[in-house]
Amino acid sequence: MSPSAPVEGEVVIAAVGIGKSFPGTRALDGVNLTVRAGRLLALLGENGAGKSTLMNILAGVFPPDEGTIQLEGRDVRFANPQEAQSAGIGIVFQELSLIPYLTVAENLFLGREPLTAAGLIDTRRLLADSTALLRRLDLAVEPTALVADLRIGQQQLVEIARAISAQARVLILDEPTSSLSGHEVEVLHGLIGDLKRRGVALIYITHKFEELAAICEDVAILRDGRLVGEALFRDLTREAMVRLMAGRETKELLQKTPHPPGEELLRATGLSLTGGDVGRRFLVENVSLSLRRGEVLGVFGLVGAGRTELLEALFGLHAERMTGELLIEGRPERFRSPADAIAAGLALAPEDRKRDGLVLPMSVAANASLASLQHTLRAGFVSESREAEHIQPYIDRFRIKLASIAQSVVDLSGGNQQKVILAKWLATAPKILLLDEPTRGIDVNAKREIYAFIDELARAGLGLIVVSSELPEVLALSDRVLVLREGRLSAEFSRAEATPERVLHAALPDQGRLAS
Amino acid sequence: MSETKATAFFARFRSLLALALMVLALSLLSDRFLTADNGWNILRQISVNLCLSIGMTLVILSGGIDLSVGAILALSGALAAGLLKTGIEIPGTDILLQVTPSGAILNGLAAGAAAGWINGFAITRFKLPPFVATLGMFSIARGLTMLWTGGFPITGLGDAFGRLGTGAFLGMPTPVWIMLALTGVFIVVTKRTRFGRHLYAVGGNVRAARLTGLNVSRITIAVYSLAGALAGVAGLIVTARLDSAQPNAGLGYELDSIAAVVIGGTSLSGGRGSVAGTVLGCLIIGVLNNGLFLLNVSPFWQQVIKGVVILLAVALDKANARNRDS
Repeated sequence: MSPSAPVEGEVVIAAVGIGKSFPGTRALDGVNLTVRAGRLLALLGENGAGKSTLMNILAGVFPPDEGTIQLEGRDVRFANPQEAQSAGIGIVFQELSLIPYLTVAENLFLGREPLTAAGLIDTRRLLADSTALLRRLDLAVEPTALVADLRIGQQQLVEIARAISAQARVLILDEPTSSLSGHEVEVLHGLIGDLKRRGVALIYITHKFEELAAICEDVAILRDGRLVGEALFRDLTREAMVRLMAGRETKELLQKTPHPPGEELLRATGLSLTGGDVGRRFLVENVSLSLRRGEVLGVFGLVGAGRTELLEALFGLHAERMTGELLIEGRPERFRSPADAIAAGLALAPEDRKRDGLVLPMSVAANASLASLQHTLRAGFVSESREAEHIQPYIDRFRIKLASIAQSVVDLSGGNQQKVILAKWLATAPKILLLDEPTRGIDVNAKREIYAFIDELARAGLGLIVVSSELPEVLALSDRVLVLREGRLSAEFSRAEATPERVLHAALPDQGRLAS
Repeated sequence: MSETKATAFFARFRSLLALALMVLALSLLSDRFLTADNGWNILRQISVNLCLSIGMTLVILSGGIDLSVGAILALSGALAAGLLKTGIEIPGTDILLQVTPSGAILNGLAAGAAAGWINGFAITRFKLPPFVATLGMFSIARGLTMLWTGGFPITGLGDAFGRLGTGAFLGMPTPVWIMLALTGVFIVVTKRTRFGRHLYAVGGNVRAARLTGLNVSRITIAVYSLAGALAGVAGLIVTARLDSAQPNAGLGYELDSIAAVVIGGTSLSGGRGSVAGTVLGCLIIGVLNNGLFLLNVSPFWQQVIKGVVILLAVALDKANARNRDS
């Protein structure tokens, strides 16, 4: 079963000429990638560059449209993730794929449980093997604990442990450190060293360059679905990597038009949101902010800083868990539901378009008119012609590329889907637009367009709050920048004051604690 | 030409094609099949299932399921029949109120709507899964029917009420009129009203619907109330046709109506499908039942065949959806 450990530097897995299209987007185009035994390849690229698509293809989640995968020199074709797994390709996804209501031990050996002679699960061995594995990985987690009871960082380590214990020859780690603490990151990096010595080939996706120096040998950079750079890590400077990833500076994507902001549209005082299931008392704690007509207010923060929760609280989504005062155009408001917020002139374009923004089985027209159906009525009934008249100006304004407004919204590219959501909200004639990660997963051209629209809407007198985890985006768009850290407001900068270093420092938890 | 329209058209066309093939085959196999009498017969037979299935379509479009419609049918029918037959005694007095046929009908409908409202309330207020909430209502309504009837049929309900099931107008049986009217009304409701749009949105993506400001609870409660009221209509038709309220009426009907909805191309995950599709689904089941009966196929085999048809219909639908997704 287990072949002799491969020699360091030998090619273990290679992708040759991989191409993949999704409706409306070319996700990958002629990508070549080689990963060698005992080495770690960092796969870099902006959001939407095609990294995850490529990894999904290597892991058998879906097949490529063109090109082949070679495992130790032989062409392989995986019909499903199980086949890839038994061929020795392990993957730790960005989204956790553990079963919450099974124990850690059950999750670790899911699908390959040790069996007794009678064919039942050998619980004693399961427990012993899990304990040994967790100890080897220096994980302070009980094997009998339910996964649902673990912190996110612990869950992520369990997931990594599962992939490691499967004796993979290739291990793909997709942003494995996004919710790990400093110590947990060290543990992980220790494990990576271990795996390298055993000749495992590693692919590591990350946005954090600082991590790479300790673990990385090779670098490959994707941009807009193409491989734009491949080099030894030691031959690349950080600047060179950033340049290759971005292709161009984000600031160049937007010529912001300076204009004076108008009167105050929104003021929140002492806004707090008590916790859901994250185990923290407050998701948002005592945040005060104001927004003027014609202003773009950027909100930056790391994962878990409460960015999305802040927008949702403003939008009346968690009325029962929210405290604090809200003034809209000087009037005190207490939204009990999004419907109240919409009536007061607010709109929210959520972070996850497919999960929260769009009704995927419905047409573009039905999605775009959903928030303002009262404008599509003729004699009390929804009229398709009135509907078309009502939304067409917004479709045109945002230059949404469509075959027809009756086409299904599923088939649009990410950029066009986002524009449909913008059209939906603009059709309600809002005064305040809340945008949560407005360019996530969108190709660079659509991104440029969305930036221009944000600027244009501000000039037209709307107030916009833009939440983003992409620092260059926040800096390029905002008139003012608020920084959230663990649910609290940690800093506020004017456009002129907001340098990347200052904003990032205000967002990082550890440094923040030292400073205060 | 938009692709979705084309595929939707094909999907509908495919069920129509299946129906046409069945009609063709049966008219060749049996000389009693393609007659006017038999045609009315089929329509009369499917009228009850169609009433239930229209309600079920709304429920399934909204992303739910309703296991209680058969039981609500029995309760509504029994209530109307009991009121009509014996009136109602005001508790603590000797006063007996007589109830007119229209009063009985209204009460039957109201009982159905109320039972459905309770389903919707339980689902939205206590966050019960629709499967559980309506399973509970299934048992409650069956039990109440037994309590009300004492387990015996209520018969001899009079001509005025009976016309609801056996009467005719312009040569068309009353139940068929009711069925056509309800079909027309609910095609318009689902396709041309804000409520209909909201229903598709809630079923297609409840999170997006909520973030768009839709009142998901109110829509859900309305959907289940309508399904209950439509079950009430079905209960009145059944009772009137038999001139008798059977305590066990509508046993298993919820499954027939789910089958019709699914064969009609409505997705069990919600947000996709149509009332028109359900009409076809009901016709397919009705023609199949009738044809197998005319061909003297044993009732046991009839069940087996119906099951196979359901599986085939949904498997084809899935294959179609997969082709479109990739």
